[in-house]
Amino acid sequence: MSATTSETRPLVTLSGVRFAYPGRGNAPVLDDLSLSVGEGEFLAVLGPSGGGKSTLLKLLAGLAKAQSGRVAVGDVEIKQPHRDVGMVFQRPTLLPWRSVRDNILLPAGFAGGASESDRARADRLLEMTGLQDSAALYPDQLSGGMAQRVGLARMLLHDPRLLLLDEPFSALDAMTRERLSLELQRIWMAERRTAIFVTHSIPEALFLADRVVVLAGRPARILADITVDLPRPRTLETMGTETFNGLALELRRLFNTVAGDSGAQQ
Amino acid sequence: MRWIARLAPPLVTLVIVLAAWHYATGPGGLPSYLLPTPLSVGQALWSGFASGEFWPHVLFTLCSTLIGYAIGSVLAIIAGVLVAESELFERFIFPYIVAIQATPKVALAPLILVWFGFGLASKVVLVALICFFPLLVNTIGGIRRTDPELIAMARSFSRPGWWIFLHIKLPAAASAIFAGLEIGVVLALIGAVVGEFVAAERGVGYLIGAATVNMNVAAMFAGVIILALFGVFSSFAVRAVQKRIVFWERAPSDLPTGERP
Repeated sequence: MSATTSETRPLVTLSGVRFAYPGRGNAPVLDDLSLSVGEGEFLAVLGPSGGGKSTLLKLLAGLAKAQSGRVAVGDVEIKQPHRDVGMVFQRPTLLPWRSVRDNILLPAGFAGGASESDRARADRLLEMTGLQDSAALYPDQLSGGMAQRVGLARMLLHDPRLLLLDEPFSALDAMTRERLSLELQRIWMAERRTAIFVTHSIPEALFLADRVVVLAGRPARILADITVDLPRPRTLETMGTETFNGLALELRRLFNTVAGDSGAQQ
Repeated sequence: MRWIARLAPPLVTLVIVLAAWHYATGPGGLPSYLLPTPLSVGQALWSGFASGEFWPHVLFTLCSTLIGYAIGSVLAIIAGVLVAESELFERFIFPYIVAIQATPKVALAPLILVWFGFGLASKVVLVALICFFPLLVNTIGGIRRTDPELIAMARSFSRPGWWIFLHIKLPAAASAIFAGLEIGVVLALIGAVVGEFVAAERGVGYLIGAATVNMNVAAMFAGVIILALFGVFSSFAVRAVQKRIVFWERAPSDLPTGERP
C-alpha cells in the first residue's frame, strides 16, 4: 500500500461473504453479504442480538473463516489473525496475572520481551486513556470502565490499521458508557484509524460513527446504510440536535419493524 | 498481635481436649492399653526423639514422601498438559488413565513391594502413583477450563500456540494445579505409610506397626501425631507457595478446586 491512499479507497471489503457456524443446522448467519469501509472511516454496525454483528467482526479479526466470498483488509485477504487488525472485546479479557501495563504490552514482543519503543508507546497510551496512575494495578482492582480502557489501549499498542470494537461498552453503566464514548471519539480523532464499532445502542452508534449500517435477520442483511453528517468533535449537546434526533427516530422505526418480523419467526 | 487473636481459639480447644483426655484416662477411666494418658504419649514422643530412636524413621518417611511426591507431581503435570493439549494423546491414553484412577492404588502396594523391594524405591513408587491422578485430573481440567475468550483475544493479536499455552493456559490452570498439589501431598503421606505397613524395616508407619505388635499404645499415638504434624505442615507449605505464585486469586479457598479424588 502506498502512503497516498485516498480517503475514498476502501480499507475493508467484504464481498459475497457466507458464514455458518458448524453444527447448528444449515442456517447461515451471513449469506452473500457485501460491505466496504473507507480508510479512516468510523463505521457503526447496529442490530439486534444474534444478527451477525459479532460474526462479522470475528471474520475480520481472522478468528473465523468465511465459507465463501472474500474478506479483505487492504490488499490482504483475511484467513487468519492479521497484524493490521486489532480488536476490543465485549468483556475486557484482561489477564488477571498481569498488571495494567503488562496487559497493554501483551501484543508486543514474545516471552515478555517488549522493546524500549513499545514501553514508551505503552506509557503514551496509558496517558491517553487516563490510566497513568493505574499502570501497576491488577485487573481485579479495576472498575468495568477502566478495564475496557485497558482493552482499548492494548489494541492501540498493536498499532492496527483497522480497529474492531465488539460492543465494548455494553457491560457498563449508562454514565460510564457516555464518558467512554466521548473518550473513544477523542482517541479516534487523534489516531484517525478505520474503526468498526458493533453496538445495539442507537445513540452510541450515531454519536460515534460517520456511517451506521443496520444488520438484522438470519441470514443477516443490511437493512440501512446511513451517513451521519454531524460535525466533530461531537459533544453531549450533539445528542440534542435535530439531525441527531431525526436519525435516531429513523433507526428506531426501522428497528421496530425488524423486531416485529424476527420476533414472529423466532 | 493479630496472630495471637487467631491462634487463641484453637489453643483453647486443644487445652479442653487434653483435659478431657487426661480425665478419661484417670482413675476409674479407660485402661491405658486402650487409651494412654496424654502424659505418657508426650513421654513416648520425647524419649523417642531424645534417644534418637525416631529420627531414622521420620527421615525415611519424609524422604519417601517428598521424593515420590516430587516425581509423581512432575509426571502428572507433564501428562496433564499432553492430554489437555494433544487430541491424539487423549484418544489413545485417556480411557486407561480414567480406569487406573478408579482403581484403589493402595491395593497395588503388595505388587509394588514385590517389584521394587522393601526399601525406599518401592515407597517412592507407591507415593508417586498415589499422588499422580488427582493432580493429573486437575491439570487437565484447569487447562481445559481456560476462558475461551482470553484465547480468542490472544489469537486476534497473532500470538502463536506455544505462547498462548505458556502465558494464558498455564497461569489460568495454576490454581487448579495447586488444588491438585494440595490433595496430592496428603495422599503422598498415606502412600508412604501404607507402603511401610505392608513391608518395611524403617519409617513412621513401620514404627506404628512395631508398636502394635508390642501393644505399646503410647508409641502408636506418638507415630500418629508425627504423621499428623507432617501432614498439616506440608499442606500448609503448599498453600503458602500457592499464595505467592497464584497471587492474583485473592481467596484461593473460595475457588473451584477441580475434581477431588
